[in-house]
Amino acid sequence: MKTAEEIYNLLKEKFGESVIELKTDKPVDPFIIVDPITLDKICLFLRNENDLQFDSLMNLSGVDDANGTKEKDDIGLETIKGGTLSIFYHIESTKLKHKLTLKTSTSREKPEVVTVTDVWKGADWHEREAYDMYGIIFLNHPDLRRILMPYDWEFGYPLRKDYKNPEFYQGMKVPY
Amino acid sequence: MGLLDQEFTEGNIVIAKTEDLFNWARLSSLWQVGFGLACCAIEMMATSASHYDFDRFGVIPRPSPRQSDVIIISGTVTLKMAIRVKRLYEQMPDPKYVISMGSCSNCGGPYWEHGYHVLKGVDRVIPVDVYVPGCPPRPEALLEGLLKLQEKIRNESIVKKSA
Repeated sequence: MKTAEEIYNLLKEKFGESVIELKTDKPVDPFIIVDPITLDKICLFLRNENDLQFDSLMNLSGVDDANGTKEKDDIGLETIKGGTLSIFYHIESTKLKHKLTLKTSTSREKPEVVTVTDVWKGADWHEREAYDMYGIIFLNHPDLRRILMPYDWEFGYPLRKDYKNPEFYQGMKVPY
Repeated sequence: MGLLDQEFTEGNIVIAKTEDLFNWARLSSLWQVGFGLACCAIEMMATSASHYDFDRFGVIPRPSPRQSDVIIISGTVTLKMAIRVKRLYEQMPDPKYVISMGSCSNCGGPYWEHGYHVLKGVDRVIPVDVYVPGCPPRPEALLEGLLKLQEKIRNESIVKKSA
């Protein structure tokens, strides 16, 4: 059993600048913010280190922070420029009975995060869903396609805050 | 004046209009496509099971649309699925009937406003004969829907479809 603070200190010692911050002031479990490009190495360490043994990825979820500047175009549609998209990783050690939350943020214009499928196999479909809903590109992912929306869906990523649904899809009217 | 009790006393002949005979035959063995979409499908399966016994109306699920007379759209039709639903309908031989089961396939249901992925009513892709309201409808409601469909078929004409 290790607390988030102990794990943070371990990671900070090993990875330095790549481990950005430990957040404890939120009304949720404490989480560690890490760099999106060294994320896979950090995760591999979390899984393999003898007194951490995070062998299970419970959940992986995307978030649209919507913290950029909101712009209205000439027909009144609002788009968000700049800011970040985030991903949360909830991991657990089934052997040592401790849990941890990781967060990583990436730019909205070029949302690239390295995949963790080679650390936890189960991340595959979770990452495909995050790609499908937010357009986050997972670098080195073995099979990054849409998973829920149709493969030929070309109207963007539905869970982004500035998403607009199309009028028609394949001749079918979409709005009510 | 039942048909069965006169079958042997009245010389074993029944006289009927072909129209009535065909309609009676059709409405008494509506084979459905073995096809379910969402939580309504659970209710549809409960209707097929022994307690409600869909089979007493001649409704049995068929594994192929080419052997089916009716398709029950039992659940949320997503845009991705709508294309498949339409293809299934097109693969069914005429005469074919559609029961739209539950709010989702009637009009989009709870997804009517924010469901970016939901078709707001299956009647946007295929013609519907009977709409069964409910979320999901109880088996009794689906049975009522089937009786309505039978009523509709009973009044059909060979010359022109009354639908």
